Amino acid sequence: MDLLIANNVIKRYTNHLALDNVNISVPSGSIYGLLGPNGAGKTTLIRIINQITAPDSGEVLLDGRLMQADDVLRIGYLPEERGLYKKMKVGEQALYLARLKGLSRHDAMAQLKTWFTKFEIQAWWDKKVEELSKGMAQKVQFIVTILHKPKLLIFDEPFSGFDPVNVNLLKQEILNMKAQGSTIIFSTHNMASVEELCDDIALINQSKVIVEGKLEEVRRQYGDNIVEVAFRGDPAELQLALHNEYALIQQKEQNGIHKATIKITEQKPANHLLQQLLPRVEIIGFNEVIPGMNDIFIKLVS
Amino acid sequence: MNKILLIIEREFLTRVKKKSFILMTLLTPLLFAALMVVPVLIQGMKDDERKNIAVIDRSGLAEKALQNSDNLTFLFKPDGVTLDSLKQNFGKEKLYAVATISALNEKKQPVIDLYAFKQPNMDVQQYIERGVKDAVEQYKLESYHIQGLDTIIASIKTEVKVKTFIWGDDGQEKASHTGLYMGISYILSFMIYMFIFMFGNMVMRGVIEEKASRIIEVIVSSVKPFQLMMGKIIGIASVGLLQFIIWVVLTLGIVAVFQGSMSDPAGMENITQTLSPGDTANEITKTITQESSSILSMLGSINFTAIIVSFLLYFLLGYLLYASMFAAIGSAVENEADTQQLIIPVTIPLIIGIFLMLHAFQYPDSSLSFWSSIIPFTSPMVMMARIPFGVPFWQVALSLALLLVTFTGIAWMAGKIYRTGILMYGKKPTLKEMLKWINYKN
Repeated sequence: MDLLIANNVIKRYTNHLALDNVNISVPSGSIYGLLGPNGAGKTTLIRIINQITAPDSGEVLLDGRLMQADDVLRIGYLPEERGLYKKMKVGEQALYLARLKGLSRHDAMAQLKTWFTKFEIQAWWDKKVEELSKGMAQKVQFIVTILHKPKLLIFDEPFSGFDPVNVNLLKQEILNMKAQGSTIIFSTHNMASVEELCDDIALINQSKVIVEGKLEEVRRQYGDNIVEVAFRGDPAELQLALHNEYALIQQKEQNGIHKATIKITEQKPANHLLQQLLPRVEIIGFNEVIPGMNDIFIKLVS
Repeated sequence: MNKILLIIEREFLTRVKKKSFILMTLLTPLLFAALMVVPVLIQGMKDDERKNIAVIDRSGLAEKALQNSDNLTFLFKPDGVTLDSLKQNFGKEKLYAVATISALNEKKQPVIDLYAFKQPNMDVQQYIERGVKDAVEQYKLESYHIQGLDTIIASIKTEVKVKTFIWGDDGQEKASHTGLYMGISYILSFMIYMFIFMFGNMVMRGVIEEKASRIIEVIVSSVKPFQLMMGKIIGIASVGLLQFIIWVVLTLGIVAVFQGSMSDPAGMENITQTLSPGDTANEITKTITQESSSILSMLGSINFTAIIVSFLLYFLLGYLLYASMFAAIGSAVENEADTQQLIIPVTIPLIIGIFLMLHAFQYPDSSLSFWSSIIPFTSPMVMMARIPFGVPFWQVALSLALLLVTFTGIAWMAGKIYRTGILMYGKKPTLKEMLKWINYKN
């Protein structure tokens, strides 16, 4: 079941096409990575989902039906360029933003108290935002984004400006939200956190979705059929085993253990390679080399 | 709808709670009241120091002309005393100034010179001028040897005053008071101009603040940009109305308290006495009492409800019209400095309105006044200037209707520009580009 589906979304600005027939499906309860280089059209797509702008054509479905104006109340959005009213007090402001998302004053107050306690920032309640550091303000903003327990959360570079301790705190909260049934769209350039958090991804480049699917599948798909063998023994034996059937990409030795990366093909799969190797060297490890998202990103975009 | 109320509430409360707002709201009436009260007080105040003025008289009229007053003492010097010797003894005799009055020349004019080490004040100069003038005129009149001159002069003295009456539609005549109407119309239309400008600017600064602080994207993910814009405009309008009401109430209050202390008989006498030397005091008391009673009747001739209702309507609609444009301009820029060129098309009609208003309150029924009070961009100021003189109802209704229609149109266009502008960062747009945004699809 997909929580959010975008069908054939097209958005044109005066000078360029921002989204060219974009289709994505965000599975319910997943963390969905929205990737792409700067200017690819991610922000435009996110703004369309948030109904900040409307597509020229195409449709966006939430829970299987066309998005309604009221659906913005079921979305929590943390934009990349974020900010708060500088002169307004933290608590008052959080209350205001939560009420704009449809919470009653009473509910918003109760929720805020819980979160402020959880993040240990009760002391900031009566401070003006301009007295807070950037990271502190972002923490407040994160709380406001998730306060109304939205079904769909959209985080655009949520970790920028945070120290590692707080990044972990936020990651934990994002995973909690997922565990409680929220679906999360996560846009970032930090591929390590994509690998860590995302179940699904879509890669947008030059206004088009060029890859979409389960993270692991995408990674396999873009793997180059390379395996890594760790063994003890004579490297010359390895050469014999490879014969002319396999290409040796790289080989190195450390403390008597050799590691070789080898390209396999469909005609000559991993099992066949193992059969060749078994009689000649002592195998310690054998595994498929799956490319990182970083490599895939660079490969697809450049 | 609920959300727009929330926005209005925030826009209103954050501004009303500001220290600068509270200070300005409370202090401005003091300033207004001071502007009304202080000139009266200052007139009442005078220099109490006794001043000795030595007089060398060659005309022979001075002794009659220059009577000692409360603080002026004239010391008439005998013939032998020279100016130089008085200069020598200036300090010793505690003189304030030395006046020399020449004998009348061939045109029967005296020449008066006043010498002092410090600039003598205007009052002293005028007192001497007036005194000598009266004495010389008296002397000249007497030289004609006319019998019963005093009675002739007394019977000649005439006072002329034009009282104007306006025939109303019902055939009744009403006394009208052009001076008072001009005063009221000037104050009202200038206030409209000031309020539109002040609170329009406040809207623009608010829009820029949201854009520059980047909170805008968070907010428009909860509410429609048009709701945010209108919420801000209405919220600030209520700040303006509150401030206006407090100003009026406090100013009237302060002036009333002051008048209360004035009208207590002892106080009144004090002030009138200090106002004028000698027998002119009576005259002034007379005019003051006359005026205060006629002010009451004058105020009675003005339809205050009509004026207040139309002031509020023109303030609100005029403000709404201009504030929409201010909001559109604010949405296009990231800091206030960038507004300077874009703002010109908004301020020009306002300033033209002020010039037309200056014309209208002198010629409330000219065709220029008529048309500019119908045309929406200038009508709030100009119509407000005409209203105290009495304007047919259909004209007010027509001008208000046009203003409302124009506001709706402008707000719709401003909303389109605003919606695009708030999410645009980077290069400052030109006015032409902004107008193109009106046609953008969302």
